[in-house]
Amino acid sequence: MRNISAAQITEAVAGLCVRANRELPPDIERAMRLAEKTEPWPIGADTMSVLCRNIDAARENCLPICQDTGCACVFAELGQEVHIEGDFEAAVNAGVALGYTGGYLRKSMVKDPLRRENTGDNTPAAITVRLVPGDGLKLTVAPKGFGSENMSRLAMLKPADGVEGVKRFVLETVKLAGPNPCPPVVLGVGIGGTFDKAAYLAKHALLRPIDEPNPDPWYAALEKELLEEINALGIGPQGFGGKTTALGLNIETMPTHVAGLPVAVNISCHVTRRASAVL
Amino acid sequence: MEYRLKTPLKKEELSVLRAGDRVLLSGTVYTARDAAHQRMMERLDRGEELPFALEGSAIYYVGPTPERPGQVIGSAGPTTSGRMDKFSPRLLDLGQPVMIGKGARSREVKEAIVRNGAVYLAAMGGAGAVMSASVDSARVVCWADLGCEAVRQLHVTDMPLTVVIDSRGNDLYESGPAAYLESVERMEN
Repeated sequence: MRNISAAQITEAVAGLCVRANRELPPDIERAMRLAEKTEPWPIGADTMSVLCRNIDAARENCLPICQDTGCACVFAELGQEVHIEGDFEAAVNAGVALGYTGGYLRKSMVKDPLRRENTGDNTPAAITVRLVPGDGLKLTVAPKGFGSENMSRLAMLKPADGVEGVKRFVLETVKLAGPNPCPPVVLGVGIGGTFDKAAYLAKHALLRPIDEPNPDPWYAALEKELLEEINALGIGPQGFGGKTTALGLNIETMPTHVAGLPVAVNISCHVTRRASAVL
Repeated sequence: MEYRLKTPLKKEELSVLRAGDRVLLSGTVYTARDAAHQRMMERLDRGEELPFALEGSAIYYVGPTPERPGQVIGSAGPTTSGRMDKFSPRLLDLGQPVMIGKGARSREVKEAIVRNGAVYLAAMGGAGAVMSASVDSARVVCWADLGCEAVRQLHVTDMPLTVVIDSRGNDLYESGPAAYLESVERMEN
């Protein structure tokens, strides 16, 4: 048994909120810089160079990369031999409040989906906890902007729709999203499980670096194929036209019921953010 | 083409803009997004004055991050314009000529653009740090309780924008991808 205090969790989450909003993960930044060089369409290439300049400007001026500093999605891999001293969820939310207030990040959360009063400190976080063996705690903060979140979709396909049905749905989702989610986008695709688990898989897929293919070669090939088809749609950076519509696409799967084929597509923008710490 | 424009904006100078042109905008820009639009509609319903004069004005759909001490504004890129589609035709019909945001607009907004000789310009989505560099000053003019959604008056210099929908109804989100795909086809043949 190992003790981790609520204060340690709060401090770590606060730091991760600020870091994630100012510095892109290395895989995303590499993909952006590469696309700036390889985008063949003039307005697309110009757009990519402004977006890359924005990454530099955020770093130099300690500014958030995007003004939508997101809903704080917090993922915890909690070792089952850890004892938390204090209230875990309260500690995470205190970290979000501290990070968003002290870090000059935008407070975008409303208390109630219909009555819409701002909470004032960007809490609560969207928390997902997974119990894992061991005595560690890995915290990941992935701030999620809603320009792209709003264009995400889920479908309960029929088993007979198969892989072609899944591909059709993913491509249709990207086409419907068009310029709205700030392309070039990153796509998390969840296939299988139940209605809710498919959505979880899609979001979780966004945590994997985009230069790290699915460990199953069959799905790795599907990721590559789908990415190529998306980048043949012509939407391009900001939807102004061009080759670079998506920077990456990650698939996660789960066993499912004989009668079902759930598929969810979580769209993320070119400011796909995540930062982790291990306590 | 690249054009330098200054507020207040006249319909004649907007009429030469074409989808795909670049605009460097200087002068006064008012920020308003979801909640501020809702409140503006309520004021209009009650026959009251709006927080700023619509004639010749530019509305920027943005909710900036808070400024650090010594900074004028935080990150200030555009939000998705489609959520304002419900409100925009009414403002355009009242003489509001320039909308700044990102993302697709509805048929009703396009019709209102053509009807009124207005334009829809895109700021660079997700480039909040770059966009804020063109802002010289910012102050809340109305509805401070809305936080990031309050109406702010911004003074901007050479704010970099792209014409998405011009006053004839041409839409870069349709013509841009189509032109690129045509070029790919030509290369393959």
